[in-house]
Amino acid sequence: MVELDPAVRDFLAESAENLDQLDRDFVALEQAPGDIARLGSVFRTIHTIKGTCGFFGFGKLESLTHVGENLLSRLRDGELTLTAESTTALLHMVDSVREMLTSIEQTGTEGAGDYSPLVARLSVLVEGRSPEQTTAPPTPAEPSAHQMDAAALLSVLKQLKADAPLDAPPVHAQAAVPAAVEEFAGAQPLASTQLSASMCGATMSGPVGASMAGASMAGTSMAGTSMGGPNATSADGSEGNVRVGIALLDRLMTLVGELVLARNQILQAPLVRKDVTLARTTQRLNLITTELQEGVMKTRMQPIATVCGRFVRVVRDLSAQCGKRVRLEMQGQDTELDRTLVEAIKDPLTHVIRNAIDHGIEGPDARVAAGKPPEGLLLLRAFHESGQVNIDISDDGRGIDPVRVRDKALERGLIDPAAAARMTERDLIQLVFLPGFSTAEKVSNISGRGVGMDVVRTNIEKIGGTVELTSRQGAGTSLRIKIPLTLAIIPALVVTTAGERYCIPQVNLLELVRLNGDNARRRIETVHSAPVYRLRDRLLPLVDLGQKLHGRASLGARDEVNIVVLQADQRPFGLVVDGVNDTEEIVVKPLAKPLKGVPVFAGATIMGDGRVSLILDVLGLAKESSVLSAGREPHAATVSKSEAKGGTKMCHLLLAGAGARRVAIPLDCVSRLEELPSSGVENADGREVIQYRGRIMPLVRLGEVLGCAAAADPDELQVVVYTTRGRSVGLVVDVVHDIAEVALELTAPGRRAGVLGSGVVQGRVTDLLDLPEIVRHAVPEMEEVGAA
Amino acid sequence: MSATNTNSERGQLCTFVLAGHSFGVPVGRVQEVIRHQSMTEVPLAPAIARGLINLRGQIVTALDLRVPLELPPAPSGALPMNVVVRSGGDLVSLLVDEIGDVIEVTSDTFEPPPETLAGPARDLIRGAFKLEDRLLLILDTDKVIGP
Repeated sequence: MVELDPAVRDFLAESAENLDQLDRDFVALEQAPGDIARLGSVFRTIHTIKGTCGFFGFGKLESLTHVGENLLSRLRDGELTLTAESTTALLHMVDSVREMLTSIEQTGTEGAGDYSPLVARLSVLVEGRSPEQTTAPPTPAEPSAHQMDAAALLSVLKQLKADAPLDAPPVHAQAAVPAAVEEFAGAQPLASTQLSASMCGATMSGPVGASMAGASMAGTSMAGTSMGGPNATSADGSEGNVRVGIALLDRLMTLVGELVLARNQILQAPLVRKDVTLARTTQRLNLITTELQEGVMKTRMQPIATVCGRFVRVVRDLSAQCGKRVRLEMQGQDTELDRTLVEAIKDPLTHVIRNAIDHGIEGPDARVAAGKPPEGLLLLRAFHESGQVNIDISDDGRGIDPVRVRDKALERGLIDPAAAARMTERDLIQLVFLPGFSTAEKVSNISGRGVGMDVVRTNIEKIGGTVELTSRQGAGTSLRIKIPLTLAIIPALVVTTAGERYCIPQVNLLELVRLNGDNARRRIETVHSAPVYRLRDRLLPLVDLGQKLHGRASLGARDEVNIVVLQADQRPFGLVVDGVNDTEEIVVKPLAKPLKGVPVFAGATIMGDGRVSLILDVLGLAKESSVLSAGREPHAATVSKSEAKGGTKMCHLLLAGAGARRVAIPLDCVSRLEELPSSGVENADGREVIQYRGRIMPLVRLGEVLGCAAAADPDELQVVVYTTRGRSVGLVVDVVHDIAEVALELTAPGRRAGVLGSGVVQGRVTDLLDLPEIVRHAVPEMEEVGAA
Repeated sequence: MSATNTNSERGQLCTFVLAGHSFGVPVGRVQEVIRHQSMTEVPLAPAIARGLINLRGQIVTALDLRVPLELPPAPSGALPMNVVVRSGGDLVSLLVDEIGDVIEVTSDTFEPPPETLAGPARDLIRGAFKLEDRLLLILDTDKVIGP
């Protein structure tokens, strides 16, 4: 990076944004060539760039934009109409401008690239002549970039020949580039214009496969390497906005993170001191911190359009290259997510889109034969759902053929025949995520090099996301990517092992299993030396965290086993820990150099008491423990569990007994399960309370609420802790049965207050509780405190 | 260590003692010196990384210099002090036995290590300042942290 004049820097940042907008504008214009307003705005953009670069003395840039401007001005004035050809030429101009700007940013000069062929081509277009018209009948509707360049080269040659009185063999537009180059070589000695020298440079420097300068220019933008990246923000709306450096925002984020930690520490203080003023002030500090955190987080948010906008161009170029017709539809482009994530999803998304066009969507003829419209549809939809961003990429192409996938996987030895025979269609489709898998009959330069989907999935999982693939043969493929909104502050489960606390990102968490006494000894079985647990009739491989990290096994050493069921790379495994503490919002801090190579940790955080805790990297841990080994049959059945039952909504429920009834509590309402001594129950203000973590927690006996008399108190109360707006209520149940993921169909509506309805879960009639309602009824002041 | 290059240059060094040897780090690199801090161990980490320290909300990796320098282990029960130094973008803490004074040195008293110094220490020690009563060894902190 060279030192640049701040004015040049501004020019670069501004131009990068404008160029991204131009890509979109041009493609839109192609659909609606008569859109004068848009043409006008395009013209002004190019005009601005031209003017500014002239001022800074970037001559090459100026001459290129000058001729582009001329063409645009004639288009705008209606003297010419925009054709696919002039669009392509103008898009090449945008690419070239981008290339030069990148070079200016890196080296301070416009670089060695030669753009005179492009200038020549644009000049021809300005004169209102299509380079092809004179030589041959027009090429088919969407000629490939390849042909286009050959044609352009030829037209230039034609001109050269016109200048040089020489008997030349007849020219055919369809001739491939090499032919054009040969011909050109013949003409060269006579052509003394500057053009000839530059042409020579352009053709010689390019790689053999893509010897056209144009094609390689297009390549740069397709790979998404343009300089726009980190600086690009929303292109419109400059009034009332301030440009703020990313570094400053990052710094603010770090500071807020530290403030959150300090807040967490201070929140624990006033409860001990019983100081009302302090309590009130901390409460206020708490609120302000939360709001500040949200605010700062928002400043780092970028609409997903910043990356998806590029796809308009990618789709256009690729579909032309593959001879397919594809319409890209985008929804939810204003969905926002953290800028680091926007960057991180760019490449995987590009890859998926390439796959969809290359493999998914059929050619126009095949589509018509299949009774579909000739134009394929590629739908890109982004939306928020439960604190995550979902991105769907679906096409209406041919779908994935499970049989072909199976044959390919067998052929490459990725699975063994016995495993293949057992797999359902659904499982087979998931095989495309295996490393080294590619179904492309021939490797094209777009996709199909066998480094596809596994890389997509790995990259998405690296940022804490998940990928789901569904496909219907003949009807299309759909890929859903789920990613968190931000990476800086994440909810985590805190566990203890060998006296140390570790944080597990909740995104990886499936469920918690606790085995007591006899169960702890008998339910853990071994396959030879590998411990397993039967979780709903499937063997769940167990990884002993104490053994893994400290060489001290937790298994067998205690009469209580805590299993944290995690999911890595779509495979569940159980992590055995000594204790499960709590969930907490943690601020993720990266590890410094000597620790970066340790695969099982993703970072560190500072806990409420000021101690540092390590954050487990679930994927790394799984890899270290060989839970994931290539070639192993994926546990796809478990993966697809949530969709397997089709329409019914799946939910995680805590099943408990209260009085004579079985009740179900949505698991996301449950913050903890506790066993508290019944001797600790006290009375305050005519209500049963218990001291819990330094606070007074009201108790609600669910048996009484539901109108069934509870049995006499046992020594230990089973308490389900429900936390809302920072306050906890203890729901006393008689017994906690299980946690299950079930498709709950409420067959009977609730007649009692606090019951949403009843249904059958695990063969028993179960009431689904409406916790907010119960709490509102039983502890009215909770509402007031929360609202205050 | 620009102080090592020209004859007349002066520089200030923060000194400490480790296993009986005197070491120095340029003052500019040292952020602060703090007493013993409780640490969170990092399992499976390279031996040099002894743990993580919370330094007012920042996480600092504590490095045990005895490991790369192949010095005898500290007596059990000893509580090391922390010399917090900046290296690249990271903040690391060097665990040391004793903190010494900040001293001023001139570059003409500096000499590179003798040819007979072999082993891993050779890469980590840039040389020594010849003080009147002892030799002050200069560490290459960036190399200690690793490539």
